[in-house]
Amino acid sequence: MSPFAILLMRDIRLAARSGGSAALALSFFALVATLVPLGVGADLHLLSRVAGGILWVAAVLAALLSLDRLFQGDFEDGSLDVIALSPLPLELTALAKILAHWLSTGLPLTLLSPLLALLFNLPAPATLILFVSLLVGTPAVSAVGAIGASLTLSLKRGGLILPLIILPLLSPAVIFGAGAVSLALDQLAPQNALGLLAAFAFAAVLLSPFAAAASVRLNLGG
Amino acid sequence: MISSLTAENLVCVRGEKRVFEGLSFGVTAGQALAVEGANGAGKTSLLRMIAGFLAPAAGRLIVKSADGESDDAEERGRSIGWLGHLDGLKPQLTVIEQLRFYASLYGKPSNDTLLEQVGLARQRHLPCRYLSAGQRRRLALARLLASVRPLWLLDEPFAALDTSGQTLVAQLMRQHCGAGGIVIAATHDPLGLGNESLKL
Repeated sequence: MSPFAILLMRDIRLAARSGGSAALALSFFALVATLVPLGVGADLHLLSRVAGGILWVAAVLAALLSLDRLFQGDFEDGSLDVIALSPLPLELTALAKILAHWLSTGLPLTLLSPLLALLFNLPAPATLILFVSLLVGTPAVSAVGAIGASLTLSLKRGGLILPLIILPLLSPAVIFGAGAVSLALDQLAPQNALGLLAAFAFAAVLLSPFAAAASVRLNLGG
Repeated sequence: MISSLTAENLVCVRGEKRVFEGLSFGVTAGQALAVEGANGAGKTSLLRMIAGFLAPAAGRLIVKSADGESDDAEERGRSIGWLGHLDGLKPQLTVIEQLRFYASLYGKPSNDTLLEQVGLARQRHLPCRYLSAGQRRRLALARLLASVRPLWLLDEPFAALDTSGQTLVAQLMRQHCGAGGIVIAATHDPLGLGNESLKL
């Protein structure tokens, strides 16, 4: 197995054993999705109109809950020093961590979304687009989050600053993701919005490992 | 294999503070160097500088090997076995999982006998959160051995260890030097290897 796969497997194993950052994210996502219909009321038309935006924002905030630990745990216990001296370049280390975060958080959120869409009376075609948009867009959340997590690595209470850094950067994902759902709801073609979302996610996943690795290097210097 | 490591006029600056300057030393294959100094003298900073985590404000670190001479930090990093003052262990993983992870990450075959060597064979399936500080240090030593690197950088290697653990560390360092490796250790205790020492 390659060092990349070994680190990926370890991070997934840690996520599974650490008492559920994924479970916490899923619970948060489900709770927000449950509370909004209670707050908005029984206007099914209104609920379906706001579903895309609410579920996308809830998914981003849920993913944020575990993002600050992306590098922090390894930094605090000294693992990051040992990993940094391994044959695996820091850029691939960052990519492995992004992938592990997506597999343990972004993917479960995506899989849960069709169920939560029922609470918003979202029609099946729009639900499918919501699912696809989250599938395509949540890797961008993990990738952009990795930049924020690496920047706040040596800051005390960095987790509080993290949302301020990454939420503005994630606005394209929310706009295109929720926009695609709205277009599907209006029976218009959502392909353009999904294409833009995919392009944003692709660029984020491609570029963020370099930015995160550079920031981690600075933090390792102390 | 590294034949020598030479530092030329190293300067370390942390924030506004000049931690040390004009630091020069050399260490050759088979030698150990103890880095001594008061708290805050820059022992850990020097180790992090050699590891390539921290760039010197001035000066050079040169590694000589069969392939020639290099002052590239990344290249130097590929020769380094690291034992920092933090053990780099995850409480959720078992002892054997931890060791196998690091061995595989460093592209080395997983050698379970290392646990016997450091006296942790009976704890192999125990999650690291149940280990004492000394046992965690022993596991970190096993991880260091698993990395099979010629240049060992050890930060307070005797910390948290009992007498037998300290003897083990000294023995491992002696074996490593005997095999042509280099040991640089930041310590308040004597290494007991008849080594050179560098005072900061």
